Amino acid sequence: MNKVVSKQHFSENVVSLEIEAPRIAKARKAGHFVMVRTDEKGERIPLTISSADTAKGTITLVIQKVGVTSRKLTALEPGEFIHDMVGPLGQATHVENFGTVLACGGGVGVAPLLPIVEALKKAGNRVVSVIAARSKDLIILEDQIRAYSDEVVIMTDDGSYGQKGLVTEGMEQIIQREKIDQSVIIGPGIMMKFASMTTKKHNIPTIVSLNTIMVDGTGMCGACRVSVGGKTRFVCVDGPEFDAHEVDFDEMLMRLNGYKNEEKEADDAYNCQVDKK
Amino acid sequence: MTNITDYLKEERSAAWREELRKAKKNKERTDLTRVKMPEAPARERARSYVEVNSGLTPEQAINEASRCIDCANPTCISGCPVGINIPKFIKNIERGEFLDAARTLKETNALPAVCGRVCPQEKQCEASCFYQVKMNREPVAIGYLERFAADFEQSGGEISIPEVAAANGTKVAVVGSGPAGLAFAGDMAKFGYDVHILEALHEIGGVLKYGIPEFRLPNGVVDVEIESLRKMGVQFETNFIVGKTATIQELREEGFKGFFVGSGAGLPRFMNIPGENLVGILSSNEYLTRVNLMGASTQGMDTPVMRGKNVVVIGGGNTAMDSVRTALRLGADKATIIYRRSLEEMPARVEEVKHAQEEGVEFLTLNNPVEYIGDDKGRVKQIRVQKMELGEPDQSGRRSPVPVEGSEYIIDADTVVVSVGVSPNPLIPQSLPDLKVSRWGTLVVDEETFQTSIPDVFAGGDIVRGGATVILAMGDGRKAAASMHQYLQGQ
Repeated sequence: MNKVVSKQHFSENVVSLEIEAPRIAKARKAGHFVMVRTDEKGERIPLTISSADTAKGTITLVIQKVGVTSRKLTALEPGEFIHDMVGPLGQATHVENFGTVLACGGGVGVAPLLPIVEALKKAGNRVVSVIAARSKDLIILEDQIRAYSDEVVIMTDDGSYGQKGLVTEGMEQIIQREKIDQSVIIGPGIMMKFASMTTKKHNIPTIVSLNTIMVDGTGMCGACRVSVGGKTRFVCVDGPEFDAHEVDFDEMLMRLNGYKNEEKEADDAYNCQVDKK
Repeated sequence: MTNITDYLKEERSAAWREELRKAKKNKERTDLTRVKMPEAPARERARSYVEVNSGLTPEQAINEASRCIDCANPTCISGCPVGINIPKFIKNIERGEFLDAARTLKETNALPAVCGRVCPQEKQCEASCFYQVKMNREPVAIGYLERFAADFEQSGGEISIPEVAAANGTKVAVVGSGPAGLAFAGDMAKFGYDVHILEALHEIGGVLKYGIPEFRLPNGVVDVEIESLRKMGVQFETNFIVGKTATIQELREEGFKGFFVGSGAGLPRFMNIPGENLVGILSSNEYLTRVNLMGASTQGMDTPVMRGKNVVVIGGGNTAMDSVRTALRLGADKATIIYRRSLEEMPARVEEVKHAQEEGVEFLTLNNPVEYIGDDKGRVKQIRVQKMELGEPDQSGRRSPVPVEGSEYIIDADTVVVSVGVSPNPLIPQSLPDLKVSRWGTLVVDEETFQTSIPDVFAGGDIVRGGATVILAMGDGRKAAASMHQYLQGQ
């Protein structure tokens, strides 16, 4: 179980792993995630399923190197195993024919966006996608997003690919041009905050997929709690998708930084260990 | 089950029991005083994960066992939710046959080393002991003796495996590997079923692993008992969430004929007061899971945990005691309990409160938090607390706390653990819309048979009771096993 079947490098720090998990591949829907634990000393972290192959019994996860666990994961080679993987978790994306959908992905957020774009396209929507990253080499899954989009706008902070500018600028262009019925935004917390402010300004119903700190991922602990519409909700069981205009992003960003010191210490210790080898 | 009285009578008339009874006059027995459990010194243990209760020596155990007068009508048994043959195991200890004592325990209890440690015996078997009921004296230390026998067997390495019936080829699934599921699995394996336990987490044991800390229940002790179940043929599958990884319907199609839901009450409650989502405020489930299941306090483990210097735990149950004592072991200078009633109303075991006090935990009773105040980084730094007084008794018979107007004041805290109760886990009810659920989210079952509104689905433990005890969950598991056996035989 959980054998890595294939691996693809999107960029220096972003890899895609195809992992054997027949039951999860069969049960998962767009929007679902898994919890993984790399080894016996590992922590549990959430990762959204970016695609699945039911015939092969595999799921694909896209991982960006940001700390100890993601370093361990991105170092895995085909034939190696992930110690524990459980899912599919969370509520699936609500998919219907809304009309025209604006789908926005930032950085590795494009990976969890992909199955949603696919499902929305298959439900008959006109899909316009905006994918954004700091620079060209961080733009991922462009061809796959194109396959399910009527149009794709690419934005880079440094202008090394597509248009130069932030995701919100790309969004404004589309919104000025045509009527948008629904929007979905996935990316770093700060990007989702500002992208949501853009759609709110234009009264476009919007969902975001939140990526908070999680421990069990089954509703047992509340580490992932966020305020949505003034109420406390658990991202792992009530989400991960919520009405973007109801989410308290400032509180979420604050909570994401809760373990910053510990994370840095762990990362330094890990680097030290790797250097010694 | 109808001939249980006859069975006990027959066992009691065994020659060795008669001989033991004659060996000492009852007066000699009742003149003895109850053994004191040896404990690790408070100052040392408060900073380490060493088990607090160190266990009885063989001499202490034999002495304590000889206090039991082997009653003709052993009332203690009726106080035990799993119906352990208490006099038989105790008399085996008295005559020095410790392994026979352990075997007796296993006839009815899949986890004796666990129960001997965490059961509230003072409310169960020991509350029904002859000494307590008829003499108003300290009862026989049944819990200590149970633990002694189980530990003796574990330390010897020769673990007895209960006999199992010939395989009947019928597959049953257990949802959740906590005490209810393990007790159910043990009995079904004895009946000859092909038992598969499906567990959502990566470890077997439920609250025994993620909740109860090492200093009360070492994980190694739980693992030995799980290994016994494995040897009885029970199969374990971790990382499997019934309702998500596969539905009950899919499992039926895979050949499962019966389901026991023991998925517990793992959903933490919060108080919904201002500031509760500040950094540094966490549920006791999160706090204890990080430390107990994920090993956050151990060097080299990847999971971090908040190591506050001034930790406040809200609540008065055993989980609150476990959390506050964990805080000390994580290096807190100050660890405080805030509880809205008085010490007398605390639901935690008296022993746990005593241990916490010895270790230096401060108790701020008749107080309640009303707001949390954070610093500029969003980390909690203060709590606005309100004083309470006790009013009329509520439905549970406890006097309800009433806020004192104008009594609010502020205390400092850098970490807050909220331990004000849990709700039933909603994953199973969400995935089975036909399942009848109460307005508290617990599963509705027949009181006798533990059968839910879906005929092949049985349930027990906290998912039926809300937050209760390990031993009540195990009792439910045993009763559900007996009735599912009957149901499947009738199919």
